[in-house]
Amino acid sequence: MLSNEHSIRVVLPAHLRTLARVGNDEVQVQLAGPPTLGAVLDAIEASYPVLRGTIRDYDTEKRRPFVRFFACEQDLSHEAPNTPLPEAVIKGKEPFLVVGATAGG
Amino acid sequence: MSEVRVLVGTRKGAFVLTADGKRDRWDVNGPFFGGWELYHLKGSPADPNRIYASQSSGWFGQMIQRSNDGGKTWEPVGNKFVYDGVPGTHQWYDGTPHPWEFKRVWHLEPSLTDPDSVYAGVEDAALFRTTDGGQTWSEMPGLRGHGSGPHWAPGAGGLCLHTILLDPSNAQRMFIAISAAGAFRSDDGGTTWKPINRGLHSQYIPNPTAEVGHCVHRLAMHRSRPSTLFMQKHWDVMRTDDAGEQWTEVSGNLPTDFGFVIDVHAHEPETIYVVPIKSDSEHYPMDGALRVYRSRSGGNEWEALTKGLPQQNCYVNVLRDAMSIDSLDKCGVYFGTSGGQVYASADGGDSWNAIVQNLPPVVSVEVQTLS
Repeated sequence: MLSNEHSIRVVLPAHLRTLARVGNDEVQVQLAGPPTLGAVLDAIEASYPVLRGTIRDYDTEKRRPFVRFFACEQDLSHEAPNTPLPEAVIKGKEPFLVVGATAGG
Repeated sequence: MSEVRVLVGTRKGAFVLTADGKRDRWDVNGPFFGGWELYHLKGSPADPNRIYASQSSGWFGQMIQRSNDGGKTWEPVGNKFVYDGVPGTHQWYDGTPHPWEFKRVWHLEPSLTDPDSVYAGVEDAALFRTTDGGQTWSEMPGLRGHGSGPHWAPGAGGLCLHTILLDPSNAQRMFIAISAAGAFRSDDGGTTWKPINRGLHSQYIPNPTAEVGHCVHRLAMHRSRPSTLFMQKHWDVMRTDDAGEQWTEVSGNLPTDFGFVIDVHAHEPETIYVVPIKSDSEHYPMDGALRVYRSRSGGNEWEALTKGLPQQNCYVNVLRDAMSIDSLDKCGVYFGTSGGQVYASADGGDSWNAIVQNLPPVVSVEVQTLS
């Protein structure tokens, strides 16, 4: 792996794992550029095109209201797309979590 | 031997029910897409094994699923619904302008002749179309671009395009209905549209006879008489015999004319069915008794159909896309409830059975008659 390539562990919520047909496992996505929040979301959608539109709005690329992003016990949901991922996520020690908010019935 | 397949959309998944032509023993398959809202599933008249499903979630948005084997297996297809051009605004509940925002697909209407062509009615109200089996969707902008668009306002369930009727005798003619804008007709394949709401009277809007603003809940058509439409409005059951140029109330002796569903007998174009609901503030049947009402005269004179339906302590609702008709002889009638039952009659409504119970709340019911 080149020094600017990173393999990021991603935990998807159950419904998105079903759509992506990845069972109960974490998935891994590869980032070739700067390891940012936007880059990992781009990589998830590139690896699993069926998830396009389920995490971010097609038009605006804004996070869907009931989807949240966490890593290393930090809430990254409101961070800008160019926000760097935490070091532990970049090094593969911790996963990046896509979470369906606890809401509704 | 004929076969019947019933496609049931619920708040928490889809179910596929099958039976032979006797319709007395039912196999229930599902849930498909468990945990997701299935607003509507419908098969292609040109290829009954091709079925489209609208799968949505408040968390993860809209998916469209397609089956090529009669609902046994499914594959997700395109889910990109983007309004044509600058979306503009419609009227919000408080009368202020509000930007058009896509929320979900309420209704899928496959073409009568091409399994790859489907119309989609969406919230906020617009009409989309695919011609590649659901891979890509494009808005038909003439509807939302109608001059009245900025004055459309949402009903309690949202600003939804919930009904699409295709004229089997004229490929250029189609009808749609929007809550709460009203009914519209196109005579040029969906390029341009005109409101067809003359004769509607809605006491709860500022101008009770306005060109748009009526909360139409459902339209129904018999394929042999495509210029005759029946309407369950918020209140009032209506009919037109000139493709919507003029509507006439046919509520007649109904105990209440609020309701959601309306449908037409497969072989008797003047026999129609509704499920009266007590009121818009209660949303359950009168007196705790679930009654389908049938008119054999195209309205005005109605009879209660009760045999096999619960006649006490029943407080379910029947939503607008949750009634369907098969084309066997005798004609079968089906409807689903917010209590998770699907009731069926194999004798035109004379008697009823629950063919499945305890599903999640039922949103839509579509039946396919397979030979």
